[in-house]
Amino acid sequence: MSFKVFIFYFFSVVLLLAAVRVITARNPVHSALFLVLAFFTAAGLWMLLEAEFLAISLVLVYVGAVMVLFLFVVMMLDINLEELRQGFWDYLPHGLIVGGLMVVEMAMVLGARYTEAGWADLGEQVSNTKALGQVLYTQYVYPFELAAVLLLIAIVAAIALTLRRRKDTKYQNPAKQVQVKRGDRVRLVSMPAEKAKKGE
Amino acid sequence: MDFPVVELSPLYPEILLLILASGILLLDVLLGDERRFITYVLALLTLLACGALTVFTGEFRTTYAFGGMFVDDVLADALKFVAYISVFVVLVYSRAYLIGRNLFQGEFFVLVLFALLGMMVMISAHHFLVLYLGLEILSLSLYALVALHRDSAVATEAAMKYFVLGALASGMLLYGISMLYGATGALDIETMARTLREGVEAPMVVVLGLVFVVAGLAFKLGAAPFHMWVPDVYQGAPTPVTLFIGTAPKLASFAFAMRLLAEALQPLLADWRDMLMILAILSMLVGNVAAIAQTNIKRMLAYSAIAHMGFMLLGILSGTINGYSSAMFYVLTYVAMGLGSFGIILLLAREGFEAENLEDFKGLNARNPWYAFLMLLFMFSLAGIPPTVGFYAKLSVLEAVVKIGHTWLAVVAVLLSLVGAFYYLRIVKLMYFDAPVDQAPVAPQADVGLLLSANGAAILLLGIFPQPLMALCAHAVLVSL
Repeated sequence: MSFKVFIFYFFSVVLLLAAVRVITARNPVHSALFLVLAFFTAAGLWMLLEAEFLAISLVLVYVGAVMVLFLFVVMMLDINLEELRQGFWDYLPHGLIVGGLMVVEMAMVLGARYTEAGWADLGEQVSNTKALGQVLYTQYVYPFELAAVLLLIAIVAAIALTLRRRKDTKYQNPAKQVQVKRGDRVRLVSMPAEKAKKGE
Repeated sequence: MDFPVVELSPLYPEILLLILASGILLLDVLLGDERRFITYVLALLTLLACGALTVFTGEFRTTYAFGGMFVDDVLADALKFVAYISVFVVLVYSRAYLIGRNLFQGEFFVLVLFALLGMMVMISAHHFLVLYLGLEILSLSLYALVALHRDSAVATEAAMKYFVLGALASGMLLYGISMLYGATGALDIETMARTLREGVEAPMVVVLGLVFVVAGLAFKLGAAPFHMWVPDVYQGAPTPVTLFIGTAPKLASFAFAMRLLAEALQPLLADWRDMLMILAILSMLVGNVAAIAQTNIKRMLAYSAIAHMGFMLLGILSGTINGYSSAMFYVLTYVAMGLGSFGIILLLAREGFEAENLEDFKGLNARNPWYAFLMLLFMFSLAGIPPTVGFYAKLSVLEAVVKIGHTWLAVVAVLLSLVGAFYYLRIVKLMYFDAPVDQAPVAPQADVGLLLSANGAAILLLGIFPQPLMALCAHAVLVSL
């Protein structure tokens, strides 16, 4: 068994164990952390297939951003674990049926024709980040720019829908504060001087 | 790596629109609420500039850019030009309503302009990836526009429904496109059409992909049985947004259908003709019958839009140049009718009063005979009564259907249109023969009144002299396909 095959099996076993723990862990924080582990090992598998761009983006996007957000939510919200776990045994048979069907379907798809097909010719060996970059900024520059516009609209829409200037919030106006004059804050009142009472 | 020099000149209108819209977005931040009018005027000027650019750079030949991903042909130029006009009219009609509802914000204009950009991208797309991105640019702007009135629970619900169903439709469309890609190995429209003509190894996959693509398209067009979102969105959205959704995006949807079915999937005509036939009959049936039961005029016009999209599909399914051009004529005139009828609703609305119930139209003739007459024109045209343009549009579509030998289909379409005439004429009856409930004077600002009158005149004049526009449609379709 070559070293590469050993690594493959190692990652696969870790991935499967982590995936099982995601759904069996009692604590949602542990579940989320196991999901992070699953993502990491999946990225490792992709790295073995020389799909380094996918591997890196999986780690950056899912582990770096999505899962951190997820952990935040899980830790911030007070989730009642008992309620979540209710009905697990009722749903289990349905889950098993669906899972079994999916296994059969995958076996049908992967089993018959596609095992003999072999690997696609990868062609000239360049790193796939470089290859992606080459077409992204040349051949596909138009869709790329359009995707940028789409993101801009998403930002505009999100801000337009959520930014609310409440009328009842009190806020400071620094410019006004700086320009304030003595006369705005202090009122000089001239009062007649009182005479001291006798005996004091 | 060989990469052609980017020829940007066909894209000038899109680039100009993107730059100006982004500029307005930046400038609007600096303007206070009392100077929001500047944003409005700039948005109108942007539309004028784009219109002028499209007219002056428009060539009567087909040019490609970005290695065939972008196409600039007569069809695209014509549709884009009508889109500018309709967005311009939408902005003018909605001004008073927006000011009255505290919706006169920069985001409204920016999102409308971005939606227009999405439409232009769709109209000029010659690649499935670009087509999809244009669709998403349009849809995302529309979802946000529907939800823009945040204090209204109905609007939020409508936006939610629109978003969820729209996302589902996008998913179906992408699934279908991925199957087509798997079978033909191409996303480029021209290559895909060529591959399909030469025959592919797995015709079943192609047909399955076609089913999903047509379903996604029907969702976006709002054709039955994928029409569920239309009534809720039309009713729930603020009326200016309804006016916008109900008009210009129909042009983009038509272009979408043309690029997809008539260009890329033309070799599968026999397969998609049957699908469109079912969609068209169901749409006309559901649209016309369900509209009778409505008391809310926005909802009624939503069902009417479903029925009209069904009629438009009749033109496309004929699969001939004649049919495509009559469908184009239909959609162009439908946009004019939609602008007019929603324009009148906006005209009657005022602060704290929506004018969205049928009762609100009672006795409009007594309140203001001119606008009642304009509404009568729009309703006659929607019903297809001569001498308005709606009659000629329906006639030319029916002619195309009869020419391919489906006389029964034309008969069904005519019968269902007769059912539809009932609810259009009911509005006319309410306006002319009932006593007014609401006595508020109808006095729009001069520019709105002028545009509405011009809109009505266009409906009438195009009905009497349809030939120039019909010839333009025929020419556009002929040289572009």
